[in-house]
Amino acid sequence: MIEKEVNIAKEFENRWEEIRKLAVKEWLGIFAEGKASVIVGSATCGRSAGAMQILEVCRQEKEKLLVNVEVLEGGCLGHCYAEPMAIFHTPRFPPLLYGYLTDEKVRILLKKLYLEGDPVTEWCMGAMHNNPFVPTVYENPRFRFEDRRILARCGIIDPENIMHAIYLGCYRGFLNSLKMSPQEIIEEVKESGIRGLGGAGFPTWKKMKSCAEAGDDGEKFIICNADEGDPGAFMDRVILESDPHGVIEGMLIAARACSARHGFVYVRHEYPLAVKRIRKAIEDARKIGLLGNSILGTEMHFDIEVKEGAGAFVCGESTALIASIEGKRGMPRVRPPRSVNYGFEGKPTLLQNVKTLMGLGLILRNSGKWYSSLGTEKSKGTAVFALAGKIKKTGLVEIRMGTKIRDIIEIFGGGISVKQKTSDVIQDISQLKQKNFKAVQIGGPSGGWIPENLLDTPIDFDSLQRSGAIMGSGGMVVIDEDNCIVQATRFFLEFTQKESCGKCNFCRIGTWHMLRILEKITTGKATMDDLNLLEELAIDVKKGSLCNLGKTAPNPVLSSIRHFRSEYETHITDKRCPSLECRDLISYQISLKKCVRSCEACVGSCPVEAIFTRKDGLKEIDQTKCIKCGACFDACPSHYDAVIKISPPIFQDKTNK
Amino acid sequence: MPPNELNKKTTNDGDDNIEDILEKTPPQRSEIINLLLSIQQRFGYLSSGALKKVARHFFISETDVWSVATFYNEFRFTPKGKNHIKVCLGTACHIKGGANIMKTWETKLKINEGDITPDRKFSLDRVGCVGCCSMAPVAVVNEKIEGKMSPVKVEGILLKIKLDEEKNSSSK
Repeated sequence: MIEKEVNIAKEFENRWEEIRKLAVKEWLGIFAEGKASVIVGSATCGRSAGAMQILEVCRQEKEKLLVNVEVLEGGCLGHCYAEPMAIFHTPRFPPLLYGYLTDEKVRILLKKLYLEGDPVTEWCMGAMHNNPFVPTVYENPRFRFEDRRILARCGIIDPENIMHAIYLGCYRGFLNSLKMSPQEIIEEVKESGIRGLGGAGFPTWKKMKSCAEAGDDGEKFIICNADEGDPGAFMDRVILESDPHGVIEGMLIAARACSARHGFVYVRHEYPLAVKRIRKAIEDARKIGLLGNSILGTEMHFDIEVKEGAGAFVCGESTALIASIEGKRGMPRVRPPRSVNYGFEGKPTLLQNVKTLMGLGLILRNSGKWYSSLGTEKSKGTAVFALAGKIKKTGLVEIRMGTKIRDIIEIFGGGISVKQKTSDVIQDISQLKQKNFKAVQIGGPSGGWIPENLLDTPIDFDSLQRSGAIMGSGGMVVIDEDNCIVQATRFFLEFTQKESCGKCNFCRIGTWHMLRILEKITTGKATMDDLNLLEELAIDVKKGSLCNLGKTAPNPVLSSIRHFRSEYETHITDKRCPSLECRDLISYQISLKKCVRSCEACVGSCPVEAIFTRKDGLKEIDQTKCIKCGACFDACPSHYDAVIKISPPIFQDKTNK
Repeated sequence: MPPNELNKKTTNDGDDNIEDILEKTPPQRSEIINLLLSIQQRFGYLSSGALKKVARHFFISETDVWSVATFYNEFRFTPKGKNHIKVCLGTACHIKGGANIMKTWETKLKINEGDITPDRKFSLDRVGCVGCCSMAPVAVVNEKIEGKMSPVKVEGILLKIKLDEEKNSSSK
């Protein structure tokens, strides 16, 4: 018996060694010293910034210049603010990273780099490793302080090439798990202290253990939850688009631990590129025998199917997600039984988030101890956050647990962005007015607002919970003094109200009434009684809902009332929006003192032709036509700043000439 | 939302030719969402005729199919315009003024969110989040993502569509 096991172990080691040799060959064929290649970051965010255009230019230009350069589509490095980006591998220099690319820049770069041997350092964001010529990217605080573990391969490999992933250590963790018994795998995961990175923070090993022990007829399922319905979060998309094999590895390990034979990747239909790349990855893995029957010659069978979601936020809830895969309305059901005991088609099902599965691969490759070397006492490892909103350097960051929120905003995010008008001719943005931080929203529509005085809260599951927010899926949206907190809260509630599946009365009708009250506040029709009713309802909805969508929907409302009560009261008593955002409580005016007669910028920008020139040459806005779109506000150059917002709205005061 | 009187008029004939898609799909309940997605991919919407055939294929009642289809945001029951515009109103886009972009589209096209212009050239929809939050505000015009939108850019895109159309018609 033992002999047989040894033989099998030998066989899969041999087969793996063959695959590994192929991978080394493939990798060195492109990236060995002396080779030339370009990887253009072409995940969805890069594409919307024009990465496909850059790719096209690269391909055309290489023909023209007659240089032998391999042009590859890559993933995303997470530095979305600098998109489109590309890494240039040259024979003479270490790999160089360039951002803010344009067609013309790429043409010049290709010529300079490959024909003239000039690294154009003024455009370069840095070299990818240490070298005597060019400063590295690690001079940039974002690169230096990040702990890239889950995102380690994202951006540097071609995600559609399985060999690249294998060269950089993917599937090594799965190989290790093949030599271990399921109990040993679960022990290792337990030692790492990893908790569900999808937001709930439930210990992963417990879930795996109960799934491994559940059921008796052997039929079990693994589901990868990539239904990132949370607006403002996009890390699951980036991972699926940039490193799909890492996800497959995680699912294989989970399948080995729970002895499951089928897996599903449930991914949003709104992410077409992610769907395409995970499908391709599954096919490639099948081809070299990492998926399917008798994986690498062992007795393990596992296969993965991609299921597309059709846009329903509630399907992030485990039981709703399973109902959706079964082809039903995605409505959650009463638990227990939990999905690990009674999941897909009534069989034990292990449901894990994309990032947790990536984490499993890392744990088995290195060790549980290694994984727990970063982080706080109760939250180990790293967390991935999506920075968005009014921040200079948007994108994805991977930070160790326990990092302060302030550091994420200031070091990784580069601070609050200055508003640069499209009309501005000022090159030096330091001349523009710096805006003040107001609040940060963590955890999407289920999370809460964190004001300035709580910014020193460390990021971990328990501290965030205490501060009124949740880890959630890791969306982090920053707002500044120009954003109205009531308006932003109304937005979140509108989202959850629309997405409520309608099963529980409090969630269905309660959120609707809460939304009506918030609408009354933002249009200046509310009374103080409404505010009290809002708070009361929020608590009731929390209590009266079955799933986490309803239980957390009032979070933004409660936390914003707690921290920004005065702003609500100003809306109600003064009928005024202090941040000048609520459309019904402001009006756009042209300051007659500041307006210069000869400039026509605002007139041209108005989409409804509400701005006219008076007899004296000054401009005025016809308030009956104005739709308050803010185009003129944006068009008026900063050095005039003649278009102003007034709250409460009043018509032009003729006396301020 | 089931089709009202107005929507019935905008249903095209022949939008229930789905026999070849049905043939490829095993009649398992779990396939229903993928099937509906591929029907929508072909016609841009789900016609009531197509849903009837789907119900027959899975041996379930028509109401059952409708209940699944109407649950998910992705499915629409009126045809798309020639140019389909989706405006992202996710968190990041909202913070950066997505509502203003929506308003500008609405006034420029003279239709409301979720509607189609009478000449069927444009249809306007809102989407939750397309995952390009760092390019906010975002609009998706004919499946191409346009980042950093502004009211002026809306006009620019409309002008470009118009010019392209003229170029096409003159070259024909």
